[in-house]
Amino acid sequence: MALSYDDVIAKYEPVLGLEVHVELNTESKMFCSCSTTFGGEPNTQTCPVCLALPGALPVVNAKAIESSILIGLALNCKIAPYSRFSRKNYFYPDMPKNFQISQYDEPICFDGYVDVEIETEEGPKQFRIEIERVHMEEDTGKSLHVGGATGRIHGAEYSLLDYNRAGIPLVEIVTKIVPGTGKYAPEVAKAYVAELRDILRGLKVSDVKMEQGSLRCDANVSLRLIGSGVLGTRSETKNVNSLRSVERAIRGEMIRHAELLNDGQKVKQETRHFQEETGLTRSGRSKEQAEDYRYFPEPDLVPVAPAATWIEELRAQLPERPSLRRKRLKEQWAVPDKEMAAMINADVLDIVEETVLLGSDPTKARTWWLGEISRLANEKDLAIADLSITPKDVADIVALIAAGELTDKLARQVVEGVIAGEGNPAEVVAKRGIKVVNDDGALMAAIEKVCAEQSETADKVRNGHIPAAGALIGAVMKETKGQADAARVRELLLGHLGQATN
Amino acid sequence: MSSLSRDDVAKLANLARIEMTEDELVNLASQFGSILDAVARVQELNLDGVKATSHPQPLENIFRQDVVLPSLSPDQALSGAPAQEDQRFRVPQILGEAE
Amino acid sequence: MINKTAAEMSNALAKGEVTSVALTKAHLDRIADVDPKVKAFLHVDNENALAQAAAVDADRAAGKALGPLAGVPLALKDVLAQKGVPTTAGSKILQGWKPPYDSTVVAKLKAAGVVILGKTNMDEFAMGSSTENSGYGPTFNPWDLTRTPGGSSGGSAAAVSAFQAPIAIGSDTGGSIRQPAALTGIVGVRPTYGAVSRYGLIAYSSSLDQAGPFGRTVLDTAMLHEVISGHDPKDATSINAPVPAVVAAAKSGNVKGLKIGVIKQLQGSGYQTGVLARFNESLEILASLGAEIVEVDCPSFEFALAAYYLIAPSECSSNLARFDAMRYGLRTGDVDGASAESVMNSTRESGFGREVKRRIILGTYALSSGYYDAYYGSAQKIRTLIIEDYKKAFTQADVLVSPTSPITAFKIGEKSEDPIAMYLADVATIPVNLAGICGMSLPAGLADEDNLPVGFQIMAPAMQDQRLYQVGAALEAALVTKWGGHLISKAPALGGAK
Repeated sequence: MALSYDDVIAKYEPVLGLEVHVELNTESKMFCSCSTTFGGEPNTQTCPVCLALPGALPVVNAKAIESSILIGLALNCKIAPYSRFSRKNYFYPDMPKNFQISQYDEPICFDGYVDVEIETEEGPKQFRIEIERVHMEEDTGKSLHVGGATGRIHGAEYSLLDYNRAGIPLVEIVTKIVPGTGKYAPEVAKAYVAELRDILRGLKVSDVKMEQGSLRCDANVSLRLIGSGVLGTRSETKNVNSLRSVERAIRGEMIRHAELLNDGQKVKQETRHFQEETGLTRSGRSKEQAEDYRYFPEPDLVPVAPAATWIEELRAQLPERPSLRRKRLKEQWAVPDKEMAAMINADVLDIVEETVLLGSDPTKARTWWLGEISRLANEKDLAIADLSITPKDVADIVALIAAGELTDKLARQVVEGVIAGEGNPAEVVAKRGIKVVNDDGALMAAIEKVCAEQSETADKVRNGHIPAAGALIGAVMKETKGQADAARVRELLLGHLGQATN
Repeated sequence: MSSLSRDDVAKLANLARIEMTEDELVNLASQFGSILDAVARVQELNLDGVKATSHPQPLENIFRQDVVLPSLSPDQALSGAPAQEDQRFRVPQILGEAE
Repeated sequence: MINKTAAEMSNALAKGEVTSVALTKAHLDRIADVDPKVKAFLHVDNENALAQAAAVDADRAAGKALGPLAGVPLALKDVLAQKGVPTTAGSKILQGWKPPYDSTVVAKLKAAGVVILGKTNMDEFAMGSSTENSGYGPTFNPWDLTRTPGGSSGGSAAAVSAFQAPIAIGSDTGGSIRQPAALTGIVGVRPTYGAVSRYGLIAYSSSLDQAGPFGRTVLDTAMLHEVISGHDPKDATSINAPVPAVVAAAKSGNVKGLKIGVIKQLQGSGYQTGVLARFNESLEILASLGAEIVEVDCPSFEFALAAYYLIAPSECSSNLARFDAMRYGLRTGDVDGASAESVMNSTRESGFGREVKRRIILGTYALSSGYYDAYYGSAQKIRTLIIEDYKKAFTQADVLVSPTSPITAFKIGEKSEDPIAMYLADVATIPVNLAGICGMSLPAGLADEDNLPVGFQIMAPAMQDQRLYQVGAALEAALVTKWGGHLISKAPALGGAK
C-alpha cells in the first residue's frame, strides 16, 4: 500500500548508517606510480602493479597515508598507532587482483564524530554523527557494457575494461549507526555528506566531485517501530551520486521499508541501486550466496605505524572547521541568512573569501560572484570555478568601480571580457576602449541634444514630474555608449532642467 | 578425524572460482581428511597470548613518494589480453553486480 | 669449459681465454645434447643469450668495467618475469604469456652482464617438492633419470647438476632451493627474506617466497647471491641494509671457535640412514676444523609443517586469484552465451593442475569465516613460536645445522599420489621460511644405500647470510680434499647422445 512520508514517520523511527568513499587527489595511485588524472584514454594509466600482472608488488603512497590521517584528525578520530592493510578476497572483472587491498580490523583512524546543523520546524538543530572508522583502500577499474540497453550490465553481450581507475586511492568513512534523527533523517544525511565534502575540500585531499565519482555515498537504512529497542533489517543503497540523491534515496527507502513492514512482509538485507531518474532504488542482482571475503593481513605490505610527532604536525596543519568558518564569515561580512545559504549552495564561499582578502568589499564581492558571474557560468553550463575569472580579477573590478573608472554596467562588459579570455580587467578595459565619460562638457552636450529631441518629456521634468527623467537619462546613456556614470548624468540633467538634485 | 564433505568442497571451489568435475570434488573430499588432520596439529598447543606473525621481518612504514612514473603503453598493457576492443580488455558478459 | 666453476669461467673471460659467446654456445650445445633426457628447461633462449653474450664481449673489448659474472651463463627459474620471454611459472594457465617488464632479479642479472640461457622447469607456481607438478611434464634427476630432482626449483637444480649452466636462480618458499640442491648434489641458498627483491617473482606465498642462487660450489653460489641481492623500493618487504659480504666469506671459510648448533628436532626417525650418516660425518669434520658442536632444542619445529601447509595455501589462494582469463593468460570456455564468471571457472579448472587446486581449496578453507582463527590464525601464532625457538637457539650457536632433506632423491611417481608424504620432504627446510631467516644446502656426500647425494643444511639469523658461506666454504674445502674433487664430478656423464 502506498504510504506518505508522514505516515512512515508517525509509526517508525529510521536508523541510518552512511559509508562514504572518497577518491584522494594524489598525483599517483595508491600502490603504484601511475597517474590518477581523470578522463585519460583507456588503459594508458596502467602498469604491472595495477594490472595485477604476475609478480608485481604494491608499495604504499606516502601522501595517501598523510591524507588519511588528516581526514581522521578533521573528523575528530583517534589515529591508530599501528594499523595494517588486509586483502578482501572476491572475484570481479574490474578488480585485477581479484582481491582489494583494504583495511579490515585495524583501520588507520577510528572513533570520531561530525556535528551537523539543519533547519527544523523548531529552528536550527544540531546532530552528532559518530564515525566508526576511516580506512584506506583502492578503487576498481571501469567496465563498459556493450549490447543490451544503454550501457547497463543487464542484458549486455560483453564488457570492455579500462583499468585507469584501478588502484586510485580511496578512503572509506563509515559512521556508527545514527539513531534519533526521526523525520529529519534525509536532511541530516544530506547535511552530513555536505559537511564531509566541505571538510575534505578544506583539507585539499580530494576533488570531492560527486558527479565524477570522487565522492560516493552508500546509505544504510532500517526502520524500527517508535519506542522499540529492536533494530530493523537494513538495506544498503549504492550509486547515490549527489547531495540531493542522498536525501531522496533515504526518503524513498524509508517509505519502501514501511510499506513492506505494514504489509507484514520482511525487509530483505540486500544491496539496492539508486536510480536518479525515478528517485527509487532497485534490487541488485543477488549473488548465489553471501560473499565470504576471507580477509587476511596483506603480506606484501608492512604495518603503518605513524609517529606521534608526525600526527601532531598534521594536526597543527588542520584548517578551520567549515561550520565554524561559515559562522565567522557570516558575522564578519554581515551576510543575511538567505544570502549566506545562497553562497553555500553556489559553492562560492572560498572564492568570495579570497576576493575579500584581496581588498574587495564583502558585499560587492558576493554580489559579483553570485550575480553576474553565476549567470554567465549558467549560460555556459560551467562551474564557477571553471571560468577563467579569478578572485584577483573581481577584486580589481570592484576597485575600478570604487575609483569611478567603471560603472556597474561597464564592469559587466569587463567581466564578460575576462571570461572570454581577453585578459585581466585592465587589459580588457584597454582593448575594448572602455572608459567612463566624466567630461561634464561632453555630457552636457548630450543632455542638451536629448532634451531638444524629447522636448515634451523635458518639459514634464521642468514642471516637477521627476520620474519622467528616467527616459531622458536612458537616452543620454545611449548617446554616450554607456560609458557615462549614470549618477552624474542624472545630477547634470536635473540641474539643467531646473530641479534640485538629492 | 577432520573431514570435508563433497558439498563443502563444492562450496569452496565456488568461492575459489574453480569449476570442478564431480570426480574431482569427491576425490578432493576424500583426501581432505588426512590433510586437515595434518594441518590441524597447529591447534594442539595452547596459543593464548601468543602474537600472530604475518611478516617475517619487523619492518614498518615503508612508503613511496607520491610521484608519477611512466605507465606501460596501452599496447604493452593489452599485450597478454585474450581479447580486446577499443584499447580495452574484452571480457564475456558479467553476471553479478559490482561490489 | 662447461665443467669449470663459474669463478673459473669468470677468470677465463677476464683474461680473454674464452669469449662469452663461445662459453654460451658451449652451454647451449650441452642443453641441446642432454636436455631431452633431463628436461630442465621450459624455454631455451638461444637468440637472446647469444646476443647478450656478444654484448658483454663487446663491452669487454671496449674496456668497460664489468662485474665478475659478466658473460657467465645462467639458468633462470620460470617463476621470474623476464621482459618479452615466455614466463609460465610451470603452469598451463600462463602458457604463452610474455611479461612486458623485467623482475628486479632479472634486471640485476642483466645489469651484471649475466647471460640468461633460458627458463627452467618447476612445480606449478612453485607448489611441490619434485617438479612433477609442472604443467609441462617432470624434470629428471641427472644422477638417476628415474628419479626426481626435488622441487620446486628442480629445473634449475638439474640444469646446474647436468652442466647445462654453471649457476642458476631458484626460489624457495618451503625449501624449493635447498631440497633440490640436496637431491642433485649442488649448492643452493635461500637468502634472508627481504634480501632479494620479490618484484617480478610470481608469488606463491608472499610472506615465505624468496629467490636465491644455485651453484656447483659455495663460491659460485656466493657470487650469484651478491649480484641479485640488495634493497628494492619496488618491494615493500625489501630490507634496506648493506648486502652481507657473502663472497668474502666464501673465500675465507673458517669455523675455528664457531658454535654450531644441531637441532634436536631435525634428525632421527623419518631420516634415511645414509642421510644421517653423511650428516654426522660432516659434523665430525666441522668439529675437527675447530668448531664447537652443541645441541639445541626447538620444540615448536614439530608444528612447522602444519603451520606451513596452512599459511602457504592461504596466501596462494589469494595470490593466484588474478589468474582469471580476463587480462592475460589462458581463456577457456568462452563459448556463445558464456559469462565472465563461467569463463573464470572454466579457465581456472583447466589451467591449474591438481596440486595447485588442492592448495587453493585448502587455503580458501583456512581463511574462510568461522575457520580463520582455528587454522590461519593458529598457524601465524606457531610462526611466532618458531621465531622464538630460533632466537633462543641463536643465543647458543652461531649457525644451526640439519640434514637438508630427510631422504635422497625419490622415484618419479613414488609420492605423487600421496600429498602428505610429499609434504614431509620439506620438514627440515620449512622452519627457515617461517622465520624469514637464511639457509644453505651443500653436498655432504652420497648415501651408502643408494649412492645418491645428501644435503647438509646450514641456517643463520636474518641478514647474517655470510655465516652460511663461511661455514659452507670450510666444510666444502674439507670434503673436496677428502673426496679428491667436488661431489658433482661423480655425477653420470649423460652426454654423448649426439
